[in-house]
Amino acid sequence: MLTILFDGIAYGMLLFVLASGLAVTLGLMNFINLAHGSFAMAGGYVTVLLVNRLGVPFLASLPIAFLASAVIGFVLERTLYVHVYRKSHLDQVLFTIGLVFMSVAAADYVMGSSQVFVQVPASLQGQFDISGIGIGRYRLLIIVICGLLTVALQFILAYTRFGSRLRAAVDDSRVARGLGINVNWVFALTFAFGSGLAGLGGALGAEILGLDPTFPLKFMIYFLIVVTVGGTSSITGPFLASLVLGIGDVAGKYYVPTLGSFVIYTIMIVVLIWRPQGLFSRAASR
Amino acid sequence: MLPPPIAIRVATEWLSARARWQPLEIVFWLGAFAAIYLLPESHLILTEIAWLGLFALSLDLILGYAGIISLGHAAFFGLGAYTAALLAKHEIINEPVMALLVSGLVAMALGFVTSFLVLRGSDLTRLMVTLGVALLLRELANRLGWLTGGADGLQGVTIKPVLGMFRFDMFGHTGYAYCLTVLFILFLIARRLVNSPFGLSLMSVKGNPLRSSAIGISVDARLIAIYTVAAGYAGIAGALLAQTTSFASLEVFSFDRSADLLLVLIIGGAGYLYGGLIGAIIFKFMQDYLSVLTPQYWPFWIGLVLVVIVLVGRERITSWTTPVRRIASHLNWRALAHRIAASSSERH
Amino acid sequence: MTVALETINLVKRFSGIIASNNVSLQIAKGARHALIGPNGAGKTTLINLLTGVQRPTSGRILLDGEDISARSTHERVRLGIVRTFQINQLFNDLTPLETIGLAVSERRGQGLDWWRIVGSRPDLVTEVVEILERFHLTDVIDKRTAVLPYGKQRLLEIAVAIACRPRVLLLDEPAAGVPEDERHEILAAVAALPSDVTVLLIEHDMDIVFSFADRISVLVNGALFVEGSPEEVARDPRVKAVYLGEELADA
Repeated sequence: MLTILFDGIAYGMLLFVLASGLAVTLGLMNFINLAHGSFAMAGGYVTVLLVNRLGVPFLASLPIAFLASAVIGFVLERTLYVHVYRKSHLDQVLFTIGLVFMSVAAADYVMGSSQVFVQVPASLQGQFDISGIGIGRYRLLIIVICGLLTVALQFILAYTRFGSRLRAAVDDSRVARGLGINVNWVFALTFAFGSGLAGLGGALGAEILGLDPTFPLKFMIYFLIVVTVGGTSSITGPFLASLVLGIGDVAGKYYVPTLGSFVIYTIMIVVLIWRPQGLFSRAASR
Repeated sequence: MLPPPIAIRVATEWLSARARWQPLEIVFWLGAFAAIYLLPESHLILTEIAWLGLFALSLDLILGYAGIISLGHAAFFGLGAYTAALLAKHEIINEPVMALLVSGLVAMALGFVTSFLVLRGSDLTRLMVTLGVALLLRELANRLGWLTGGADGLQGVTIKPVLGMFRFDMFGHTGYAYCLTVLFILFLIARRLVNSPFGLSLMSVKGNPLRSSAIGISVDARLIAIYTVAAGYAGIAGALLAQTTSFASLEVFSFDRSADLLLVLIIGGAGYLYGGLIGAIIFKFMQDYLSVLTPQYWPFWIGLVLVVIVLVGRERITSWTTPVRRIASHLNWRALAHRIAASSSERH
Repeated sequence: MTVALETINLVKRFSGIIASNNVSLQIAKGARHALIGPNGAGKTTLINLLTGVQRPTSGRILLDGEDISARSTHERVRLGIVRTFQINQLFNDLTPLETIGLAVSERRGQGLDWWRIVGSRPDLVTEVVEILERFHLTDVIDKRTAVLPYGKQRLLEIAVAIACRPRVLLLDEPAAGVPEDERHEILAAVAALPSDVTVLLIEHDMDIVFSFADRISVLVNGALFVEGSPEEVARDPRVKAVYLGEELADA
């Protein structure tokens, strides 16, 4: 059972890294970016190409995946997204769905439609056995990396100037502008960073979640659940929501295989009925 | 003191002009029905356009008139489709029109139950909830393979003749006439509804829910009502699909279907009832054309269309169609409105 | 004196801030009651509590003796307590004709009528036009609310409330933001309100308050500070101190 807990935590933390960028974008700009999964997919494919075709070591490919997705995110933000910020939520939904379709078809065209796997180095395959608990090496790596990232995120937000600018801009962008904070750059950099994180998550997750062109569509609901259940006014909210989701999904599929996927949807619907603003957010009313 | 009769007359004239049948509308429906006789070789695609138009109409009711953004409208569509298919396959209800009505009612029931979920929360919450319900149903249909045929779809469905008289054929002749008639009847009802006081209250709820409740409107009750009706319409559209293709599969619940539907409605424009129908026509022909060009990658072009529409601006696109409508509706009451203003200022 | 609207120990707390502090207010039937106070005194909060937009932390609200504390906003409107908003809350895409028409048809219980065409009841249209006449809106009867000048919008705001035939009307700064040349229309409309309607008026403009009100309550920091006839309140040194303090702060 502890193995399941361990697997669930790994899954949850992976989800968190993937979804954190979306949480920040939503909280920051009140922008619903359904195409967030496309950036994750991009990172995943970059890693696949680097590791499988170019022989780059797996661990070295991770930062590159991060950078690639961050750059794509930055470029798209400055060229396309910036025109859609002021539009209605419906427009944002339509726009980002359009981007998803385009990215899915593009990935299909470039990479083919079958699922691809990363050639994970031997050192990361298999598992340790600690007093009867199977600790998968790969999953351990995920937990370590994601854990470090979470701590780093919290640190950046709480203790750096960029972090305080970001928090100011989230709280009230008009006032932040009035204080001289260049809100546009904060948005752009944050969007890029969030996309980069998604890319990193995609790279890490390719092995566990499976990578194919429909990735953004398959996992869209998961990211959205993390963000809605966890709320967008903190880091801890989505973090806890991801853990709950990860453990719930893994445990659900193991213990009640016939109903496995329902666990997630049911959790989501129940939470949304009970607390529409999310389990962990302040009473946000946008 | 009663206001002058001319003022009342002008007001009545203006209000009834809102609901008056425009010449273009009559042309549209005449053309649609004429196609039964004049375009027999296109009946298959016209049948698809008919139920897709009905599906988009149902989304217009909640999105265009009540302001609810739904990413999971396919839930009701799919439920209607499977209900109709199962009713026919297991010979529970053999007559298609009866089965259609039952499917609509089942979908309405689901709509009523889930309507409470879309009342609370932000746009994002509504997106989530509607998407979640559709995915849930898809998963359910997947698991209950013994009932639904699972991933292969429901096979072995035979549809008996409509009203016992009109047999379904391979070329879509009966199918088109059937779908068009259903669409027209439901359209008439919807048209009546949106031009009624209830319809006006929906528009007020969409525009300013705070103000609506401040004049005594129970926002929740109105939203539940329209969501339920729209679910019924979507269910009937799904049933039409099942009945005209004798098949139902998991993808009736898919996200693709809900997303495509949004596009269909947006192309035509939301909020004036014909947007879904016009959008269905444009979308189907676009799909036909593109899937010949790039059979595998046509979602790319669909996505591109969506992106371009948003960047150009939905208002700008629908504004290309509104002048035509405006001209027709403006002819009568503008002049009268100026007269009432003149008579008013005379007395003050 | 019959009491039309009454609050009993009304309290509203927002995570540490007390917006309404034990407000016990009695408004007589047919009164022209003004509520004044410095900015942030909790006047709009009180209106929100009275109309059900916000729920009180504790306390009760009675309308004609009936406890309405648990009722929702739209239920209270049906019972006869209607408000206007300080910042216009109108239906931007509807015309005044449609807006007033909606309010009247809702009041008549025809709001759920989904089969009749709007405007097919002549008596309803007559009433709508009559209201529009009273508020000088007949020259813009067919214009979208969004394009109306601000003064007209403000008149529409009041007209919509009147269309609901309220027993108690809560006016939240009706002249706020209205340019000078359009103010007199607003004031005339307020002065011409039917005498059987109880009116609670929130205002900053003292000229309006003293010419309109027969009773004034002063709200400071969420609590009732002073209450009495206009002469009593005008002479009260405590009121002067509160406002003088604010004027000094502004200067």
